[in-house]
Amino acid sequence: MPASISMIIGRHRGDVNTGIGARIRRKEDRRLLNGQAKFVGDLRFPRQWEAAFVRSPVAHGRIVGITKPELLAHRVFTSDDLSDVLPIRAESSLPTYKVSDQNPLAKDKVRFVGECIAICIAPTRAEAEDVAESVGVDIEPLPPLVDARAAMETGAALVHESWGDNLFLTTEFDGDIEAARATAAIVVKRKYDTARQCMVPMEGKGTLAMWDERADQLVVYTSTQVPHLIRTGIAQCLQMDQGRIRVIAPEVGGGFGYKCVLQPEEITVSWVAKATGRPIRWTEDRREHLVAGANTRQHHYTITAYADARGRILGLDAEIIVDVGAYSVWPFTACLEAAQAGGNLPGPYALDAYRCKTYSVATNKPSFTPYRGVARPGVCFAMELTVDAIARAAGREPSTVRKENLVAADRMPYTNVTGKFYDSGDYRQGVVEAEKAIDLHGFRLRQKAAAAEGRFLGIGFSSFTEQSAHGTKVFSAWGLPLVPGYEQAMVKITPSGSVEVRSGNHSFGQGLETTLAQVASEWLTVDTDRITVTMGDTGVTPYSTGAYASRGMVMAGGAVSKAAEVLAKRVRTHAAHLLQCRPEDVRLDGGRAVHRGGSVSFAEIARAWYLRPDQLPDDVDTAGLEVTEGYRPDIDTGVFTYATHAAVVEVDVQTGLVNVEDYAIFEDCGTRVNPMVLEGQAYGGAAQGIGTALFEEVLYDCNGQPMTSTLADYVLPGPIELPRFQLRHKETLSPYTRHGIKGIGEGAAIAPGGAIVNAINDALRPLGAELTEIPATPEKVLAAVMAAERTQGVKE
Amino acid sequence: MKPVDFDHTVPETLDAAIGALEAGGEVRLLGGGQSLGPMLNLRLARPARLVDVGGLDDLRSATATDEHVEIGAGVTHADIEDGAVPDPIPGMLPYVASGIAYRAVRNRGTLGGSLCHADPAADWISVMTALDARVVTAASDGGREIDMFTFMPGAYRTALAPGELVRAVRVPRFSEGAVWGYHKTCRKVGEFAIAIGVFVADPAKAYCRVVFGAAAGAPLVSPTLASLIAETGQVPDLAAIERGLDTLDPTLSEVKARQLAVALRRAVAGAIE
Repeated sequence: MPASISMIIGRHRGDVNTGIGARIRRKEDRRLLNGQAKFVGDLRFPRQWEAAFVRSPVAHGRIVGITKPELLAHRVFTSDDLSDVLPIRAESSLPTYKVSDQNPLAKDKVRFVGECIAICIAPTRAEAEDVAESVGVDIEPLPPLVDARAAMETGAALVHESWGDNLFLTTEFDGDIEAARATAAIVVKRKYDTARQCMVPMEGKGTLAMWDERADQLVVYTSTQVPHLIRTGIAQCLQMDQGRIRVIAPEVGGGFGYKCVLQPEEITVSWVAKATGRPIRWTEDRREHLVAGANTRQHHYTITAYADARGRILGLDAEIIVDVGAYSVWPFTACLEAAQAGGNLPGPYALDAYRCKTYSVATNKPSFTPYRGVARPGVCFAMELTVDAIARAAGREPSTVRKENLVAADRMPYTNVTGKFYDSGDYRQGVVEAEKAIDLHGFRLRQKAAAAEGRFLGIGFSSFTEQSAHGTKVFSAWGLPLVPGYEQAMVKITPSGSVEVRSGNHSFGQGLETTLAQVASEWLTVDTDRITVTMGDTGVTPYSTGAYASRGMVMAGGAVSKAAEVLAKRVRTHAAHLLQCRPEDVRLDGGRAVHRGGSVSFAEIARAWYLRPDQLPDDVDTAGLEVTEGYRPDIDTGVFTYATHAAVVEVDVQTGLVNVEDYAIFEDCGTRVNPMVLEGQAYGGAAQGIGTALFEEVLYDCNGQPMTSTLADYVLPGPIELPRFQLRHKETLSPYTRHGIKGIGEGAAIAPGGAIVNAINDALRPLGAELTEIPATPEKVLAAVMAAERTQGVKE
Repeated sequence: MKPVDFDHTVPETLDAAIGALEAGGEVRLLGGGQSLGPMLNLRLARPARLVDVGGLDDLRSATATDEHVEIGAGVTHADIEDGAVPDPIPGMLPYVASGIAYRAVRNRGTLGGSLCHADPAADWISVMTALDARVVTAASDGGREIDMFTFMPGAYRTALAPGELVRAVRVPRFSEGAVWGYHKTCRKVGEFAIAIGVFVADPAKAYCRVVFGAAAGAPLVSPTLASLIAETGQVPDLAAIERGLDTLDPTLSEVKARQLAVALRRAVAGAIE
């Protein structure tokens, strides 16, 4: 355990060392690694049937008619059947925002390939798919909008006719950049593109709904990050009281944002279960995911950067187009992405002049959903490539120019040009640490030697800040219909002296089950083996808006900490009765309450309260050994972590293949609650970022048909494609959160695009080739090389 | 992603398999299922009956004569990788087999199945074309031998007639002095190739063949480049290979042509340098 943490907590835990900072194995891994976890796909109830969806085969069209098969009509439901269901509608308080209504089953029009048109049920999935095939759908095709830039043109077809154009929202940050323009010695103009992606969690989406007669409730098992929000969403669409709905997120195999929004299938399956009285389950298959889940990351940038001759950035003029797809997701809206992109583009840089226009454009693609890193993988890519382009123009080492432009440590806390409040940290040191880890100096020598052999090696850096655990004010400024407030958690001592923790947040691979237990262990000194953490069930957990935006550890961790602190105090009070001393003289140590020579175990304290209250005085605290508390950090603007990634690549300029030879990550993450969990987050995030950088891309033909609908076409990195990551951590504790914790879940997915493509461009520099889009597929790298060959040829 | 309803027949003999094929209706042969499995789940293959020949001993043998090696259609990639079949050209078939997908696929996937699937990016169609192999079929009228050019007229298409199945592949035996090179460019281990280059030369038999795989359709064979290499004994430069490719298929994009040219260049270099 790092010394800094024990100093902060300032308590002893005897033989028990499973508190904050302990490098312990995850509680959940026994069942997960032994294949004993129960996901939605593993559940089976009496009379349960399976569902399959009829999905739109075209990107854009008018529904002329839907014909149910005569003999199986009772097994098919369309929007006409769901006439009492309200559409998914994410309002926003942002001015000029246009609202989209998404009927869970398409009505009148279809707006992307894969949109649900009808739900079909049968005893097995194969039979349900047979029924789905027998449904006739007559669609009159409309011109598809496949490119956001084309969708902005006057006269383009309209995704939502009533709007008059295809813009969900336009925002403008209108800073004055005239002075920067007038004095700049270096002007860098670039266009950058990031591909559309799928999130591809190992477990796809899945929902099983049924009516529980005894509780008089609709019970919905669903693979979600946000069970309490989904209850609200289903209640709104089905026009039910939330007390009549219980949402249970069982084991969830990865979320990444894909499972933080209300999905039409959740509503439809719930409606059918209610209407038929049968348990109904839908499990998303991989093809459904790769088609209807192609919903994230696609941005187009036009950037002009102004710098002085040394590369000091004077001003930035940007236009960002987000290809939002057909509808606005609930509750995060169609505009969270653009709001974050416009706000976060300047990132960790001390930039005084900034102008940025964003366009959130409706197209005939699945609805944009926030994915690990939300907008920042795109803005970090655009900004970091721009920094390197400026450095090349200045003829200087890019990492040096980067350091000079980063906010200096002596300016902390720092409010940047877009109003982001950076509370602490030394951003420049982050680059220095990454330079050391990757051995920048040694690399430059190696690069020269390799060049003499005709090999192309390159190095690239990428720095960013990660706003985590955004608070009420931040979400409210983004115009969302729902904003998170106080996070609640319950902690109690059981009659046998073990501990139960309940949180409405959820764990879907990020280790929260273990780390929340560690927070409770920190206060109660009980080994995490004796702490049970229950999450994700609206029936038994306190309210939480859920796990998203790197908020779980900060918010749920803070709430558990607060509840455990209060509980620890009560335990000491009860123990004082039994030890015949004053509560303030009792300390907790190794799961016992200790006073001088004497001590009582938690089991004895619990037995007294639950089973032998006659041992306690009449004025005992009647609130007992169970505490629910609410928590939010002292500031409401989010806590910032920061990081620098560095990559070394070798580019095969003949095939266009890129090999990532070395990869270093420096992160200042605040308190490491469990260093192993943190490292796992860094590995996983960086792997996804490498997918973004080199592999993952949803391709469409000119009709809006997805051409990457299997994993043979949508290529993900595997273990062999990943480098051995070097991790370096620093702990600058947040002054504003319990235990100094900051959110770190998304971070590592943000920087790889910038670091790797900067490295590729560094490698290709002798050829005069430059890449400005991700993923850097062999075809794109080769195209850049061949374009440079042609230019060189002309010069010669 | 569940298959349509189908019958599953497991014939005990080759004749029974042919009989089942001829019984009519939409019938598909199931070998290792590594290509057909996904096609079934995607409902791109919609058979009324699957004839499961994966366990037929008649298809799992390999024999050798002085002239050729005959490898049963049901021999798996793993069998070939492990050297369990006679080697017609030293080391080439195990080398190619070891690079197909990953071991779990190789354990089930079969040589015959791969050829019949006729995916342009698969390994065996290009390699067997480069080796001038012949496909040996069986049918109720006795079967025939088909050269690779005839066998695969285009992407995912074969010359097999209804009721005809691939029994084996007959690969000529090469001289001891024969050389070969095989290069495939993949984005990641186990993926289908972006580009394949195959080069086989047997000076003693005046045989030299150049094949490009993972182009749009059937493998592209370039006698011009083969002659050039045979005459010069040199690895041709990229421009020469790209010119050769352009005459074979002028519709290839510049980038694709470059990838194919590089794969071939590396294959040739591996063989003769």
